[in-house]
Amino acid sequence: MDFTLKIWRQKDAASRGRFVTYHLEGISPDCSFLEMLDILNDQLVQKGEDPVAFDHDCREGICGACSLYINGRPHGPDDAITTCQLHMRRFRDGDTIVVEPWRAKAFPVIKDLIVDRSAFDKIIQAGGYISVNTGGVPDANTIPIQKEHADIAMDAAACIGCGACVAACKNASAMLFVSAKVSHLSMLPQGKIEAARRVKAMLEEMDRLGFGNCSNTGACEAECPKQISLSHIARLNREYFKAILG
Amino acid sequence: MSVLNAKIPSGPLEQKWSYYRAHQNLVSPANKKKLDVIVVGTGLGGASAAASLGELGFRVKAFCYQDSPRRAHSIAAQGGINAAKNYQNDGDSVYRLFYDTIKGGDYRSREANVYRLAELSGPIIDQCVAQGVPFAREYGGLLENRSFGGALVSRTFYARGQTGQQLLLGAYSAMMRQVHLGTVELYTRHEMLELVVVDGRARGIIARNLVTGAIERFSAHAVVLATGGYGNVFYLSTNAMGSNATAIWRAYKKGALFANPCFTQIHPTCIPVHGEYQSKLTLMSESLRNDGRIWVPRKKEDVEKIRKKLIRARDIPEEDRDYYLERRYPAYGNLVPRDVASRAAKERCDAGFGVNETGLAVFLDLSDSIKRLGKKVIDERYGNLFQIYEKIMDENPWENPMMIYPAVHYTMGGLWVDYELQSTIPGLFVLGEANFSDHGANRLGASALMQGLADGYFILPYTIQNYLADQIKVPRISVQSDEFALAEKQTRERIERLFSVGGKTPSERLHRELGKVMWEYVGMSRTKEGLEKAIQMIRDLRENFWKDVKVTGSNDELNPELEKALRIADFLELGELMARDALHRNESCGGHFREEYQTEEGEAKRNDQDYMYVAAWKFLGDDREPELVKEDLEYEFIEVKARSYK
Repeated sequence: MDFTLKIWRQKDAASRGRFVTYHLEGISPDCSFLEMLDILNDQLVQKGEDPVAFDHDCREGICGACSLYINGRPHGPDDAITTCQLHMRRFRDGDTIVVEPWRAKAFPVIKDLIVDRSAFDKIIQAGGYISVNTGGVPDANTIPIQKEHADIAMDAAACIGCGACVAACKNASAMLFVSAKVSHLSMLPQGKIEAARRVKAMLEEMDRLGFGNCSNTGACEAECPKQISLSHIARLNREYFKAILG
Repeated sequence: MSVLNAKIPSGPLEQKWSYYRAHQNLVSPANKKKLDVIVVGTGLGGASAAASLGELGFRVKAFCYQDSPRRAHSIAAQGGINAAKNYQNDGDSVYRLFYDTIKGGDYRSREANVYRLAELSGPIIDQCVAQGVPFAREYGGLLENRSFGGALVSRTFYARGQTGQQLLLGAYSAMMRQVHLGTVELYTRHEMLELVVVDGRARGIIARNLVTGAIERFSAHAVVLATGGYGNVFYLSTNAMGSNATAIWRAYKKGALFANPCFTQIHPTCIPVHGEYQSKLTLMSESLRNDGRIWVPRKKEDVEKIRKKLIRARDIPEEDRDYYLERRYPAYGNLVPRDVASRAAKERCDAGFGVNETGLAVFLDLSDSIKRLGKKVIDERYGNLFQIYEKIMDENPWENPMMIYPAVHYTMGGLWVDYELQSTIPGLFVLGEANFSDHGANRLGASALMQGLADGYFILPYTIQNYLADQIKVPRISVQSDEFALAEKQTRERIERLFSVGGKTPSERLHRELGKVMWEYVGMSRTKEGLEKAIQMIRDLRENFWKDVKVTGSNDELNPELEKALRIADFLELGELMARDALHRNESCGGHFREEYQTEEGEAKRNDQDYMYVAAWKFLGDDREPELVKEDLEYEFIEVKARSYK
């Protein structure tokens, strides 16, 4: 298959970026999107040009490193996958494909398609945990947990922290990310103890870091590679009201 | 006699660890905050260690090359974590987990270490539940289990097909809490490029800031490496693209011994290779073997038709299928350990029964279980794996059995450590896959997560104090010493040397060539001739690398090409050591299969007389062959037997 790629190139955070056009020929439909970029980079390196920088690591949809905005959608045209799971068979021969980094104030570009997502780590630092030290905890079966609750907690905990929700949101809000952690922990008896403190601290930190507000359009849910549901945002709001009123 | 002293406490097996803890030295709370510890790597071992050390009051600096510690490759572990809880009342015990692990490792691991690991398996689950890890549960609210290879009990705890992710997020969030509290300082997008040894002790590292390219010095009273395995020597593996051996390889070149480098695990159930451009291989969790049956057609004509897509798997009647694992190993069936399952798949494919166009695939068939349990149950257990498979293969695994083939997955070898997880360099500790300690010649499924967390939560926080207790009078280590200056200089020279080659070939291409040699000659089955040839080929590749590699850009920027080239340069050295180790070990054991040493039935044939030892290699210089140092393995508590799963 042949493709025309329009890729965002930006030397570093301080420089101005621009789209650069590349042509690729003879790509196998079974090639993954990132392998297609590998092939492009192989050609660029051989020509002595600067290869395209992009974040990637596990290449099996779980580490959350890959983060491309492809033809106007985070992680590209397929639903419920990350960029590394996208394959070229999903495109048509001869297509022009536009590739951009995540765009959000809280995720500044570092180089080309790589952005700084350390803001997510900071939100977790503010309270995305249960405050137990190692050791001295009760036996794992001491507190039974309703299967349905454990399942909802797991649905939320499946978040890979890629930031597609922020990239998809017109307000660049991190609400889905924050709600996934708040919801995961508040569904479990172990996490309920600090629920009020957690939700307030995480939301404050989210605001402080420059993420926008949630206006419930649901774009985040639609683009989330792990299909984290908007219902977690509803639960976050409930937890928040409980926290400020309680 | 062993030259290496593993410092195993005396006394009965089940009392060794409590004896150790009762008698070890500890550091007072007031002194802990005066002591710095560097932890490199933030996977299960590193994150749990950093969190636990921070909680105790030590000052920790944690490093990872990823943009966030949450992305360390432990995240990709799918199936589960073993623990001898015996919640299922099916006869499990600490002793049985210990025994299964020793046997699974083909009697090439240390009794005392493995027993401790089994002992700590239960508290790990308790810890994770307390952190909010959403393990699978029964309707009654209690924890659910499944079975993994090499065991006759159900002792594997899991969180759908994302157990590693959930455990890592538990350890990550515990560490982030310490970052918030100020005991752990986090350095993301930093890669360790050199170990700094001062007066014979590990005192710091040289790391490259991957964003700016700055070469930075970091000091501490002790250094902990939790940097994972070296499976990417093979280029194609289930490891993450960035997984590398540089930290442990640099430590090796600074004097730490490297143990059993040839012990690599080839995982039986991975998605087959499909193209030259392929960058990595994807695992299909071993847990699928709970409900899946592995087979190939019995008749060659059916194989031909399958390959030409004239018929589907389901068109082949039951009597014409060869469930070869059930046939060869009736006691364990589809749940034989990974090394055994991988070799059996290779045997069938080599005999011409492979089911895809390359002839390198077998079926993993869940249709019986889908019929018996319903799609909903199977979807709950493995849904994400089915999705991964469908995306890569463009084929619906609900309708056709999956096609799988073995792939490089894990390395049992690693830096040699004693019972305290301390390497041969005082003050250098090594955790998780980066060390060699617990899995012998083959690791059982769902035991890597167990080891990583045991090392980080429950072992290192004790044993490191035994070392640090006599360091309390040592002031914070200066980074201005000659040793730091020299280590930085060496690092800069290595980088400059790469840029100065000015060759034509991108490093990734050279890596792929190395991978082909490793897979062909140092992979699933090995011979003397093949290994000798491999050593020469790797040397040639290395020479070629330093003549022909092309690295674009400069050091002073974010430069993935430089990052790759630095890692590959080290793989090109490590590959040779792996081949050398495989060549010296004239026996077959676990994942190390030498064709010359097999039984009439094609099973691995150990040689306990001559090879019941850990082979630890000592670096003597770039132009000299490494020295073999042995640690004899003594089995005091269990009887060493031929390993059988029949």
